[in-house]
Parts: sequence; structure tokens; C-alpha cells
Amino acid sequence: MKSPTKPQKQTQKLVKHKITGDNLFKIFATIIAASALIILIITGYTLLKGSIPAIQNFGLNFFFGQQWNPVEGREIYGILPYILGTLVTSGIALLIGVPLSLGIAIFLVEMAPRSLRVPVSYIVELLAAVPSVIYGLWGIFVLRGWMVTYVETPLSKYLGWIPIFSGTPQGLDIFAAGVILAIMIIPTIASLSKEVLTAVPNSIREGAYSIGATKWEVIKRWVLSYGKSGIFAAVILGLGRAVGETMAVTMLIGNATGPSAMPHSLFQSGQTMASLIANGFMEATTGSLKLSTYLGVGLTLLIMSLIINVGAHLIMTRVFKVKGGAIE
Amino acid sequence: MMNSYGFRKLKNNLFFTLCAICVIIAIIPLASILFEVTIRGAPQLSLTFLTGTSANGGIGPAIQGTIILVCLTSAIGIPIGILSGIYLSEFGNNKYAQNLRAINNIITQFPSIIIGITIYGIIVLTLSSYSAIAGAIALSFILIPIVTRTTEESLKLVPNTLREASLALGVHNWRTTLNIVLPTAKNGLLTGTLLAVARIAGETAPLIMTILGNRYFFQGLNQPIAALPLEIYKNALQPYPEIQAQGWGAALILILIVLIVNITVRIATRSK
Amino acid sequence: MVTKYAALAIILITLLSGAFIGVTYSLSSKAVMLNSTGASFPYPLIDKIITEYNKVEPYVQVNYQPSGSGAGITALADKTIFFAGSDAPLSKTEKEKAPNTLHIPETVGSIAIAYNITGVPSGLKLTGQIIADIFEGKITLWNDPVITKINPDIVLPAEAIITVHRSESSGTTFVFTNYLSIESASWKNNVGQSKTVAWPPANDIASNGNTGVAQIITSTPYSIGYVELAYTLQANMTIAAIQNPYGNYVIPTLESTAIAAQSVALEGLPAGDADWSGVNLLNTKDANAYPIVSFSYILVYQELNVIPGMTQERAVALIEFLWYVIHDGQQLANSLHYTQLPDNVVEINAETIKLITFNGQTITTIL
Repeated sequence: MKSPTKPQKQTQKLVKHKITGDNLFKIFATIIAASALIILIITGYTLLKGSIPAIQNFGLNFFFGQQWNPVEGREIYGILPYILGTLVTSGIALLIGVPLSLGIAIFLVEMAPRSLRVPVSYIVELLAAVPSVIYGLWGIFVLRGWMVTYVETPLSKYLGWIPIFSGTPQGLDIFAAGVILAIMIIPTIASLSKEVLTAVPNSIREGAYSIGATKWEVIKRWVLSYGKSGIFAAVILGLGRAVGETMAVTMLIGNATGPSAMPHSLFQSGQTMASLIANGFMEATTGSLKLSTYLGVGLTLLIMSLIINVGAHLIMTRVFKVKGGAIE
Repeated sequence: MMNSYGFRKLKNNLFFTLCAICVIIAIIPLASILFEVTIRGAPQLSLTFLTGTSANGGIGPAIQGTIILVCLTSAIGIPIGILSGIYLSEFGNNKYAQNLRAINNIITQFPSIIIGITIYGIIVLTLSSYSAIAGAIALSFILIPIVTRTTEESLKLVPNTLREASLALGVHNWRTTLNIVLPTAKNGLLTGTLLAVARIAGETAPLIMTILGNRYFFQGLNQPIAALPLEIYKNALQPYPEIQAQGWGAALILILIVLIVNITVRIATRSK
Repeated sequence: MVTKYAALAIILITLLSGAFIGVTYSLSSKAVMLNSTGASFPYPLIDKIITEYNKVEPYVQVNYQPSGSGAGITALADKTIFFAGSDAPLSKTEKEKAPNTLHIPETVGSIAIAYNITGVPSGLKLTGQIIADIFEGKITLWNDPVITKINPDIVLPAEAIITVHRSESSGTTFVFTNYLSIESASWKNNVGQSKTVAWPPANDIASNGNTGVAQIITSTPYSIGYVELAYTLQANMTIAAIQNPYGNYVIPTLESTAIAAQSVALEGLPAGDADWSGVNLLNTKDANAYPIVSFSYILVYQELNVIPGMTQERAVALIEFLWYVIHDGQQLANSLHYTQLPDNVVEINAETIKLITFNGQTITTIL
């Protein structure tokens, strides 16, 4: 009778120990895992609390006004030009960046010989590794010259009568900022689109070839349409990156403020929300209306980024589920 | 019929040429950046440039500052990120974890300048000084979600059979995770973490309002500190050619750090 | 295998950072650290003074970061630094946020109107009114009759004028807009004077710092902007002669700048702890003076214990450094294209520095 009880006790001990060790670890991990939530709350709370005075003071004009006047006694801040500046530069970035990224993704998935795939993917990923400030440095000293000589001067000479090409080309403008953003979002969109295209089942391609379609027709009609929501999510994520990008834009956009920052032409200096903060945040005194304004700009940027990324996240989860279903 | 097929064939070829051109267009900026940074930055390199202060035209404090910031950030961010990732991957089958995962994915994409002004409000003003620690905390806010995501993704690749086998042998759940799952996923983990660290080494925006910059070597965690990206930003806006050249020199060092990490990590993980 | 890899990596990183910080800290811990930020205009001079001061006093490390006068005053009010640099005196509202601040002029600066017109390497003449009209967007072409009339010897192109101004809050902008407000009623009513203003819609670019503006002008044909004289001399920029109240077109030089400072100092300056908001060196009473001149100030609290982290040792180091700046440091000015302070200003400054106290005690080492 004695001999079976002893191991039993041991097992019990073991089980007990196992439970506490596991639980401790799990509880610890659960708490640490909340770090993402904590970061979100700290950021949201700091910006919301800080921006209340400015939003209360100016009301809707804070978001829809164009004035930017820090002269004491004449203080008035409206951030519409920077919201629009952010949207316009990001829009230009998408217009240029999306076709290029799709071209790269199609090249990598559908046509590149095996020996080219890996190095080209590497290069595209390296584009994402270059720090933003180096894009800015290169932008000021190299891209700016290219833009003025080969792009802006001819455009303004021949198409200057179109309002968006009016103004004097000088290379520190909305167009240059849009182009540098396009370069910077290519890796995001291209690598995600590549994954989406790779996930398109081969049966779809084979079915299309069997009815005599050329490769291009297969890609256009079947592959792209099969992957379109995934590609759309990739584009949205690219937009998310463009909206929040700071240093390269600050160095290239010309940093206008007030009504002259309202985007009318590609060849005018503008301002995005991120570049506005990078330029002026340091000189806003604690407790001042100006500091509150900068925090309000930060809050607006945060909300814009949240909307874009939540959207992308929802699409991604949907795509992922559909894909999972197809695989099963 | 033949004509139409010929036309379709032509369109096909035209399209593929266009795709190849896209690739070339994307390579041009990278090639140009590497070329310019090397051509303009390399003549700067010398022992004084790498170890001296601004008194003798060097960027020593900035190099040291970046190393310190990266180490501090890693010390704060990597353990937290890996643990969060473990939780999401190993215990993540509930609503709480699903929401955390979504939040994590979203804050990974946060504009870094927003993190900067937040940290200014809660750390710089509280400590009443621009400081190395404020910069490191700002950078860890960026590092944590990336490491969390990488960890989760690499742990998910570990086959469940391994976990089951270990559990069947009576090994505790947490020891299974630490002894079996983590080591199996170490390649992916290491790659992802190193790439994330390389990325924060080049972050500039959140540093503007947290570390101020410093013309001297490290003074203490609660003191302003220099950093390479900030040095590049400030020098790029100077009108003097010799200072701009220092900016290019600093850019060369920064891009070398970032690219060497990227390339070696990729080559190392591919050969395994 | 175990947790080896994860643990190893974490331990390695912690050790590495610990060791690194430890080693560097022990190397530098004897130093007294004085942090400061502010105007970018005096930065090259201050940087040189600090380098020279370190040779005399290696254990005092002064870190001056050029982030703009506005950022300097903000940091002073927030007490995140020990002293600030500003090209503008404290305004009435700023004085409320940073009460009992002393003004110590550290150097004199001129604001040059720099331009970049292809084919016009020198010799452009301008008046305050014309400059105001250009920046207000009323004069848009280089060959506008108003400009060609006073520049009969120069062939000006029919190109659009691109104006360049500061993107951040700056003392240079304060002095420049102050001058334009004196010269042009329209500017005074529509724009006003401040460290940043609501720039009228024009064909304009903004950039950060004197350096940023200078960089844009040198690289942008047909542009015009305002830059501190020292920067234009060092970067070899083309600058315009400006008409002073005596009708003379004066080029900004160290001499024409010093003349302006001397003539104001002769009329008398306020004491260091008095209100300086009305002090300016614009359109001074000398026929040879350049019209757009200003002091650049060091701003410091009279009672240093209001700053967190201030100690007796640091207070002494700070005062000795300030003493050096206004005396020996001035010898470095001319070689860097800065104007030396006139003797009567140095005397006022010395009295101001003697007012500084720590915990109510004056610091006597300088006496």
C-alpha cells in the first residue's frame, strides 16, 4: 500500500509546480503584452489632453482655417493647409509609387528568372532600410537638381498654363516631396503585393492559359483581379507610411505656412502635418496656445494614421481569412 | 486572326518591358544614394573625423551617441517585445490577444514624430532636461511593436508537433516555450530583431524633441546626447560646404551600419 | 540550447550598453556640464569661444545647440537648460513666463539681404520699402521699374522673384520684420513684427535656421532672403546695399555694424535686469551705419536656483563662462566675421553678470 502513494504524491507535487510555473509565466507575458495598448493610450491621452485648449479656442476653424499667425495678440491657427498638404503629397506618392510597385511585384512573381528574383527582392528591401534622413540629404543635394532640370522646367515650360504646373520650378516643393515619398513607399507596396501575387493559386493561371490567353492577359484579367483586395491593402499600408513620413519631407517640401501652404500647384512650397511639427514644435512654450496647436496637429495625424491602418488591418484580416478558406 | 494574335503578343512583350523598367527605376535611387554617399562621404573618413568632437571637425560624439541609444533602446525594447510576441503566439487564442495583435499592428505604423512629441510631454518636461533616456524611451516605443510582431510571426512558424512532443514528455508549458520553441525560431527572431534595431538606429524625427544634441561625448543618461541622424539633419541645412561634407561623412557611417546589418543578417539566415 | 540564445542576447546587450556607458561616464564624469540652446546666428562664434574656453577650463563643458531663438526662450521658460541665446529681447508676455531674466548682449549682428540673380554678381541696391513690397508679394519681377530705377547700372532679368524666409521662430525674423514694420506702413498693418509672422502669399520658400535660408538662396537662382551677415561672409553670398535714413546705400560690413552699435550705446542702454523689449539698433543716428543691426543676447535667470539640477559648482562655472564670453571671447569675433562688442556695452554686461545669484548669494569668484 505504501509504495503506490509515494509516486502519486510526487506526481501531485509535479502537477502543482507545473501549474504555478506556467501560470506565472503566462500572467507575466499577459501583462507585458499589454505594452502595445499602453503605448497607444499614453500617446492618445497626451495628444488629446494637450490639444484641447487649441480646439476649444478656435473651434472648427482649427481644422478648417488656413491662417497661421503666431504674432502675439494676433494668434490664430488653422491647420487645413497641412492636412491637405499631407493628403496631396501622399496622393502624388501613390500615383507614382503604386504602378512602379505593381510592376516590380509582377516582374518578381511572374516573369523574372529564378536567378534574378532573390537579388531584386533584396534591393527593393534595402530601399526600405535606408534611413529617412539620408533620403532627405540625397533629396536636397541630388534629387532636387534632377527634378528642376529634367522634370519641372520642361513641365512648366510646356504645360505651365495648367494651374497645377504653374509657378517657378525650384525643387523644394510639393512635387519633390511627393516623389521622395513615392520612392520610400515602393518597398512597402511592392513586397506586400509580391506576397499577394505569390498566394494566387497556380490553378487560376493554368486555367487561363488553357483558353489561349497571353501572359499579360492572364495577369490582367485573372491574377490581379484575384489579388485585388490584397493589393488594395498593400496600397493602404503604403499610404500609411507616406502620411507619417517626416524627415525626408521636411527637408524637401519648402516649409510654407499659412494660406500660402494651401496646395495649388506642384511647384509651390507646401507643408505636411509631420513636417510642421518637426519644424516648429521645439519653440512652442509649455502652456501656450501654440504648443496646444502642435499637439492638435499631432492628434489629427494620429487619427488619420489610425483610420488608414485600421482600414488596412480590416482588409488584411478579410483577405487572410478568404485565403485560409481557399487553402483548406 | 494572326494579326490579332500578333498584336496581343506585342502587347504582352510591351507590358513585360514596362515591368522590367519599373524595377530599373526603383534601383536608380538606391544606386544613386549609395554612390553619392560614398563619393561625398568617403573623403571625410579619418581617425579624427571618427573620434574627434566638433572642436576638431569630428563626429565622435554622434557615433558614440547612436551606439548608446541603440544599446539602451534594445535593452528596454527587445525583452518586452519578445515577451509580448510569445504571449500573442503561444497564448493568443482569445479576444484580449486578438485585440492586442490588432493594436500592435496599428502602432507599428505610427508616425514616429508623434512618439517624439508624446515623450517630450511625459519625459523631457518631467525630468526638466533633454536626455539620452528620453531618446531611448521614444525609440523603444517604436522598437517594441516591431519586435512583438516579428517574434509572433517567427514563433508561429514553429510546427505544433514540436510543442506537443515536448508537452507529452511532461515538460512545462513555459519551459517548452523557452527551451524548444524559442531556439527553433531563433533564425527568424534574430533576423527580425536585428533589422528592427537597424531601423531605429536611423530614426531621426523622435530625436529632435528628446535628445537635443551634444557637442561632447556622453555625459550621463539624464543629459543631452548626440546622434548620427540628428547630426546629418543639422549639417545638411548648413550653407558651408565643409560642414555639408561632414554630414555626408556621417551619412556614410550610418548607411554602412544599417546596410551591413541588413546584408549580413540576410546572407547568414539564407545559408542556414 | 535552452533559453541560451534569448538570454545570451539580452545579457550581451545589457552588458555592452552598461560597459559602454560606464567607461565613457567615468571618463567624463569630472566635467561640469552646462546645457544651452537658442539662436543659430551666434552659434559659430559661441562654438569657437567654447573650444577656446575648454583649453583654459577643460572641466567645464558648454553644450550650445543652435535650434533658434524661439526654441531658446521656450527652453528657458521650461527651465530645461541653463541659459538661452536669442537675437530678440524678451517680449512682455515672454517676460511673464521667464521672470527675472537678465539680458546680456554677446555680439552684434547685421541682417544682410542676400540675393542670387544669375548675371548680377554684385552691386544691387534696395530700400526698406522695396524689400517689404517684395516679401508682401507686391513686387514680383526682378525688372520691376521700382528696382531698376535705383539700379541704373545693372541689367535685371524679367524673372520671378523667389523669396526665402525662416520656417521656424527666429530672432533674425524678429529683427527683419521689425525693420520692415518701421519702413513700410502696409507691412506694419498687414504682417507686423514677431519671431514668426503670417507670411503674405508670395513665391516663397521657407527653411530652418540662418544656415537653411543661406543654403536655399545659394542654390536657387532669382531668390532673395535675409541672412545674418556672418553667414553671408562665410558662405560668400552676394548681398545688397540698403538705404539708411541719411539716404546712403550701405553694404553690411563689420565696420558699418559696429558703428550702429556704438551710436546706440552712446545714447544709453537699460540695466541688465530692466526691460529690454524696446531696444533695437535699426536706422541708428549715424550716416555710415548699416540700417538693419541688432544685438544677440544671452538670457539667464538672475537667481539660478530656479533651474532644477543647478548646483553651486555649476552656478560658478556658468558665471565664469559668461564672464569669459563678454571679455576674452570677444577677441575671437573678428576672425569669424562677427562684430566685437563696443567697450561701453562690455561694461554694462559686467555689471549685469555681477547681479546673478545662487540661493541668494552673489558669486564672487569673478570679482
